[in-house]
Parts: sequence; C-alpha cells; structure tokens
Amino acid sequence: MTINYRECCKLALRQCLDEEPRAFLMGEDVGAYGGCYAVSKGLLDVYGPDRIRDTPLSESAFVGVGIGAAMNGMRPIVEVMTCNFSLLALDQIINNAATLRHMSGGQLGVPLVIRMATGAGRQLAAQHSHSFEGWYAHIPGVRILAPATLEDARFMLPAALKEPDPVLLFEHVFLYAMEGELDASVRAVDIEHAALRRRGTHLSILTYGASLQKSLSAADALAAEGIDAEVIDLRVLRPLDDAALVDTVKRTHRVLVVDEGWKSGGLSAELMARVCELAFDELDAPPTRVCTAEVPIPYPKHLEDAALPQAATIAAAARRVCGRG
Amino acid sequence: MTALPALDRPLALALYREMLLIRRFEERCVELYGAGKIRGFLHLYDGEEAVAVGVMRALEPHDAIVATYREHGQALARGLPLGEVMAELFGKREGSSGGRGGSMHVFDAKRRFFGGNAIVGGGIPVAVGLALADKLLGRENVTVCFFGEGAVAEGEFHESLNLASLWRVPVVFVCENNLYAMGSALDIDEAETDIAAKARGYRMAAERVDGMDVVAVLAAARRAVDIARKGAPCLLEMRTYRFRAHSMFDAQGYRDKDEIERWRERDPLHVVAAAGKASGVLHDEDLGAAEESVRRAVDEAVAFAERGTWEPVEELTRHVTAPRTKRRTP
Amino acid sequence: MAELAFAMPALGADMERGRVVRWRVKPGDTIGRGQVIVEVETDKGLIDVECFHDATVMALLVPEGVEVAVGAVIARLDVAGAAPTAEGPRAPPATEPARLPPTSAAPAMPPVATPLGARVIASPLARRRAAALGVDVATVAPGTSGRISAEDVERAAATSTRERDPKEAMRRAIAAAMAKSKREIPHYYLWQSVDVTDALAWLTAHNARRPVTERVLFGALVARAVARAAAAAPEMNGAYLEGAVRSSLEVHLGFATAQRGGGLVAPALLDAHTLDVDAMMSAIADVVARVKSGGLKSREMSAGTITLTALGELGVDGVLPVIQPPQLAIVGAGRVTERPWVVGGAVVVRSVLTLSLAADHRASDGHRGARFLQNIVKNLVPPEAP
Repeated sequence: MTINYRECCKLALRQCLDEEPRAFLMGEDVGAYGGCYAVSKGLLDVYGPDRIRDTPLSESAFVGVGIGAAMNGMRPIVEVMTCNFSLLALDQIINNAATLRHMSGGQLGVPLVIRMATGAGRQLAAQHSHSFEGWYAHIPGVRILAPATLEDARFMLPAALKEPDPVLLFEHVFLYAMEGELDASVRAVDIEHAALRRRGTHLSILTYGASLQKSLSAADALAAEGIDAEVIDLRVLRPLDDAALVDTVKRTHRVLVVDEGWKSGGLSAELMARVCELAFDELDAPPTRVCTAEVPIPYPKHLEDAALPQAATIAAAARRVCGRG
Repeated sequence: MTALPALDRPLALALYREMLLIRRFEERCVELYGAGKIRGFLHLYDGEEAVAVGVMRALEPHDAIVATYREHGQALARGLPLGEVMAELFGKREGSSGGRGGSMHVFDAKRRFFGGNAIVGGGIPVAVGLALADKLLGRENVTVCFFGEGAVAEGEFHESLNLASLWRVPVVFVCENNLYAMGSALDIDEAETDIAAKARGYRMAAERVDGMDVVAVLAAARRAVDIARKGAPCLLEMRTYRFRAHSMFDAQGYRDKDEIERWRERDPLHVVAAAGKASGVLHDEDLGAAEESVRRAVDEAVAFAERGTWEPVEELTRHVTAPRTKRRTP
Repeated sequence: MAELAFAMPALGADMERGRVVRWRVKPGDTIGRGQVIVEVETDKGLIDVECFHDATVMALLVPEGVEVAVGAVIARLDVAGAAPTAEGPRAPPATEPARLPPTSAAPAMPPVATPLGARVIASPLARRRAAALGVDVATVAPGTSGRISAEDVERAAATSTRERDPKEAMRRAIAAAMAKSKREIPHYYLWQSVDVTDALAWLTAHNARRPVTERVLFGALVARAVARAAAAAPEMNGAYLEGAVRSSLEVHLGFATAQRGGGLVAPALLDAHTLDVDAMMSAIADVVARVKSGGLKSREMSAGTITLTALGELGVDGVLPVIQPPQLAIVGAGRVTERPWVVGGAVVVRSVLTLSLAADHRASDGHRGARFLQNIVKNLVPPEAP
C-alpha cells in the first residue's frame, strides 16, 4: 500500500497518543484546522481538545508551557508550525529546555518533543524557507532528528517520546507529499544512528532531510559515469554519529557534504571538521560541500532552485571530489 | 476577602526569624563575594524578604515554585537547607544544584523549587506548563511564579497570562514590583504602571499588596492560592523595594539616597517587629535571640559550604542529557 | 600582465603522463613564441615542449625527474597583453570509455602543483600509503588536481620497478595504442600493385643533378604522393574524436620510424602537402635524425593527421597497417620489386610497388578508400615536376 510522509507523521502521532496516556499535542492550528500541513487532521475528533490542544500565536509561551508540563509529569508534543517561527521560542528552547537538567545539577529532566516543519523549495520566500536544524544542532542538551524517509517519519516520533530529554524533530516541507511503500518489516527505528542509504566505493555523500533524495538521484547519475557514491543519511543531527562518519570515510576516502543550511558556521562545516578530526589520515581529497547559496531564499522558482542544493550540483561536486570534474 | 491572620507569638517569631535569616544570609554573601568565595552575578533580596516569606507560608509542600535570578529569599523561605544554598553559591558539589547553577540557578526538585530562571520572563510560561500538567493529571497543586515588574514588558508575560486564563490553570503570578527594572523606573518602561490592571485585561483576578508587610503578604497569598486551587490563575502585585544595588556593582544613579532612606523606614523586619511589639507578642529579647540563632545558622551554612568539595573536572560533561545506559527503547 | 598556467601537453592521443626531464628556462626568463621551454619524456621518447606565447616565466612547478599527468600545471607564465588562459590540454584526452568525459571549461579549482622546493602536496591517505609502501611521496607524480592521491602512490609503487626499462615502457605504450585501435576502430583494407618504373626513372634523373648528400630517396616520393592525396580526402585526413570525424585542412603526415633498440614513433611531417620533393626529403631526414638523437618537438608528436609506414627496405611485399588513434587512415608501402608486368599486350619487366590502405570505416567506406588509393598512384606515377 502506498502512503505518503504526511500520513506517516500522523500515524506516528496516533501511536504516541494511543500508547502514552500522558502525551498530548499542542500548537497553532493543530486542532480544528488540522495542522498547517494537515498532519493532525481529524485527530481532534478522536482525542478531544485536551490532547489535541490549539494554542494562540504565542510560540514562546506554548513552548515554555510544554517545558513546564514535561517537567511535571506530562509527555507533551509541541508543534511549532515551521522552524521559521521557532525563532520566537528560541529563549524557551535554548535557555530552558536545553539547560534545565544541567542547571539543576541533574535533578530535572524535560521529556519534551518539539516538531517543526523546515526547509525551502515551495516558493515561500525568505521568511518561510529557513533550515535551522543545523543551528539547533549547535546546542548541547537537545537531540535533533531529521526524518528523510517514510519509515523515519513513521517511527522517529514514538522513539522521541520515550526520550528523557528534549527532542527537536524537523519535518521537511518538501517531503510531506513524498509517496512510497512503507517497509512493513520496520516496527520501530532507533534515533541514535546514521543510516547507509546506498553503498559505494568512490566517495561518501553525507546528507539528511530533503537533500537525501536529491543525493540519491545524483548517485544514480554518477553511477552511469562510473562513479560509485555512498550515501549516508545522518538522521540524527545531534548528537552526530561519529562512528558512522569514520566508517564511511574509511571505505571511500572522499567526502561530500550536502546540507540545505547555509555554509558559514553551519552543520556542513561541523561535519567536515569532524571528518578531518576523526579520519584525517583516511582522506584522499579535501572534504567538499554543497549548501544553500548565502542569500535569503528568493521567491522566483528559478532563483530558489539555483539557491538550493540540487541533484545536478551535487553530482558536479561529487565529480570534483573524485578528481573528475 | 480573607482577613489578616492573627499575628500570634509563634507566627510573629517565625516570620521575623525567616526574614532575618534571609537578610543575614545575604549580608554574609556580600562579605563572601568580596572575599572571592562567591563569583558571577549576585542579586540580593535585601528589603523584599516579606514577599517570599509571606507567600511561601501560604503554600503546601506539593505546590510548585518558579523564581528568578533573585531567588535566595524564595529558596530559603521554601525551606531549602541553608548550607546547600550557600554551597551552591560557592559552586560546590554539595550545593542545591550540585554547584552547576550558582546564585541564579538554585533548584530543589524534592521541594518542588523549579529554580532560578535568569532570563527575565523566561520562567513564566514554564510555570503555566507546570500548572497545566497538574490540572491534566487531576492534582490539586498550585504553581507560584515570581518575577519582577521588569518582566511585564516581556511578551512572555502577556502570552503566558493569556494562556493561563484561557486554559484556567492553577497559577499564582507574583510580581515583585521593586520599582526598578535594573535601573529603569517603572514609569520609564511602562505606559500602564498598574500591573494588576494588566492582569485584569486577561480576565484574571489581581490584587496590589503592601510587600513590606509580611502579614499583608501572607493574607493576600492565602486568598490567591485559594483561587488557584479552585482552578483559576490570579496575580499579586507586591509593592516592595530593594535596599541594595541591582547586582553587586551598581552606582545607583537612577534613584536618590533619600528615597532609599524613606523605604528603609518601612523595612519589613521593622514593620513586623513593630506590629509584634505593639500587640505584645514580640519582645526585644526575642529579636536578640533570633539574631543569635540566625548568626549560628549562617555560620554553619558557611562552614558547610567551605567543607564542600569541588566536582572533579572529569565529570564536566555530566547532566547535559540523561545517561543513555539506563534505558533502551522497548 | 596576465597569468598563464602552462600544463603538461598531450603529445599523442594515448599519452596520459609525462616526465619533466630538463627545464630549458628558469623563473624570470623572457621567452618567445615557439621557444622550447622544457624537455619531456614520454613513452615515445624525449620531446621538446614549446610555448606558444611571448611570456615571462613566473614559476616552475614540477621538479626535473618528476612525472605528472597530462593537464597538470607545470609552470606559470606571465603573458604580456594576453587574457589568462590555460596552455596545453585542459583535461586528459578520452582514451578509455571508463574515464571521465573531458571538460571544456577551465578548471573550477585553481591549479595546484608543487612549486620547486616547496612542500609536497599529497592527501593524508596518500602519505599513509606511501609510508606503508616505502615510496617517497616527493617522487610521486600528482594527478590533474595537482595533489598526490593514494592512487598516484599505488601507481608509483607498482611501476617503480617496471618503468626503469624505457623499452618496456615504449612497448606498453604501443600496446595500449594499438589495442585501442583494434578495439575501437573498424578497419577496412585495400591494396594495389603499382608500376613505379617511370617514377624511379624520374628520380634517377632528378638525383643525377645533385650531390650525394642532397639525393632524394624513393620514400620521399611516396610521402609526397600520400600527402597530396590526403589534402583532397577529408575522410582520410584528420581524427575521429567524441563520435565525430574531425577533418583537417592541413596534412601533417606521420612518418613511421623505427627506433634504435626497438619501438616505433611516427613524428609528423608538418604541412606535408605543401612540400616539394626536395623539401619532403629534407623534412624526412631531419625527423629521422631527431628520432635517433632525441629532440622531437611536442607538436610533431601530437599533430599527425594521417600516417605512412614504409617497410620495403626490410623486404616485405606489402603491409596491412594498424591505424594510429585517433587518426582516420594509414598508408603502407612494401618493397619495390621487378616483376613481369603486362604492358600493351606484352609481358615486360617493370618495377612494382604494393601500396596498401587501412582506413576507419566510421569515417569512410571502401569506395572512397579506393579513390584515395588511386589518387596516391596518380600523384606518384609519373611525378609532376617540382
């Protein structure tokens, strides 16, 4: 049976609400409207307004409420409509959610899940196209997840709900409509490890989120030219799976990072730095990256396309890494 | 309205001693700061003791407290062990937060003391969340949230009051209006200086209280906690004053010495002592005995902190997330 | 002032690497267009590499004795008044299908190479492999990126013993080129016996007026005939590259020449179609001398548009030759023998030569090939007056 990513997100929510009586969903328009991306559509009727809780447009307050409720026995799932709006809740996420365990000397935990949509590609222009997951991955005390496959969209959330610490889960807007077969053999996923999505020998493409599919397309094109690319789906952006990075670099000796975030001070920089720190002597070429151009995301499609990593630019960079470009 | 509680001798002695303990504890803190034992920011409660002492006396052990970076008074009034609070200020492992938090981040989960939040307004939504959880879990607990009048300029204050009222969660918002947000007088920052009026704008019961009179504070707190326990938020505006600087170093160019002196005449210790003496339940010997007992308690706290140990540097990365060995996803 | 990155040129379609043997210039030198600036050793011998610009030498990037890939930047020149471009081929020629498509654009990355005396640029993995294999990275030739990779080290380790014997290297180069030719080029063959009695008579008369040192050999006559015919046969003269015939307007006739000690090179007689018999003879003499002494020019090694192979001296009757990739055709000449020949209904003795043609069926077919062969004969017998 084919299913799309959005439906997988909804099934994940339902599993959480069914299995964990302390769980509730809270966010802007999650109830009557059904969620900005229709992930929670219909759930209000099933679970009622206490568990599918509409909030006013008060990102800082309802994220803070989630933190307080999590510290006091509940298992809140907070939906911030998009990561763009999460900036209004940065204080709560960074100064409270991420620090309370530490500030209290380990006495308190914040078992809170915050879901948010991320990414560009829908011609939503500069204020609605950010990719801030890499930014959040800078912060100790939170776990950052980026489901890029149907299975991860379906099972990462229930795993996140079992975490004793805050988890931020970034659903890429471009993926909600992605359709495919959900692997029936998968009943749960871990939220600790990167995944090898394609095995190869000539270079490793390290990526996550919507860039995964683009990277896999690029890998197909490269295969026709005799370049055999390995594709790693990072899945967990914090803490990074260092062992997986070292493992793949040992196999291929060449690294291309694909990240929809900006280059400067970004997650791509972190990945390249780790590869150099942990596997320098395995490298046979300088690590390279394809990121979003250093501009706010423009509205016109041709400019937006040009700003974002694309299969063609990924393939071109891969050729350069392999000394064939 | 609940009448003022009868100021009998045990209550008078207790209120006086608790406030004196905070006062003397913090005076020692100043000394220790000068000696380099305490570092970082140190915000003193000197002058505002009646607020914490009066409010805490209205709470049950299962109620929750969220405080600010000026929270020594609340912590001590809540009954956190004096030595542990001092050790926290020293940064010692035996401190309330294991030394990780310092003066601004005193936590005690057992006593449902949720800290020590040092971002102005940052604790307010958290308090609403704590109360929401109690409500959803059917517990009759109340959460008290302390913040200064500077916080009412923050969006989080307004967002949180709206949510608390909308969802009818059991929170008592306690605004400690000491007239200055650091160095900015209230009327410099606020178009509407009546803070209770702002709360009423969110359809919430609100009351202005003489924060220098611990008995009045206690009475108001009992009224507010009653409302909250019945399932509605409310706000208390405590009119109070800090006698000392905002933090340790502050030239105080923003206010007159005369103004400080006028407020000192309403020092909460004097106010309760005078009331007790006037009604014959307190005597000068009681005050002297309280001084002596408080001095010993503070000495012991300092000694406890001095004896405390430094957390080994090898443990630096503890308490960032829960240890992962303990659990495995089922 | 404009900077020019001077790259290791491709001195033949099958050349992948070349060793800098001797720099003829030094930084600061002013050089003129056509001046030889470096001697490069290839599998086919020692080649003088010229510069095609007036320039000042800024830096020599590859030490003498070091082998680099075709396209690797070996020097930086300051070209007065010229736009910055890359000298030499911009990428290795597509010699095998498995290799990468050649790029037409300038390199995206600034050329990286090791300035003389500077640190060796090698990848971390390459250094580790070099240490493990006992290879000195300073002696390893970098690829086109200018950075020594693990693959470069592996190759150096594998060839360090084999390549000491230049004969063997030459053999391998010929093997690679000929195997490629037979693998990729669909040859067809035509041959024809030609009465050259009149041509020889003309040659005897021509030589009778000259001192011994200026005498013309019969091979020059054949070369001239082939060159003239090739100028009128675009499907025989040029190259087959990237799936298309690239005809050449000029004829640079490769002249297959055996090397002392074995092996074969075919340096081009440049603009052979313009040469008269005497000029052709001196061009051949010059090239043959330089095959033996060294000093072939880079352009001569790479410019050939068609090849002539003459093996008559060794007594063979004819030859079915193999095309030199990426050329389109090769003409073979056997020995001249006296044979019974029918002239005007009578059997007489005539001097007869067997001419043969191997041509690329992708570029031409037998009909065109036959006319080309006839055209050679027409230019040969009798030769027109110079």
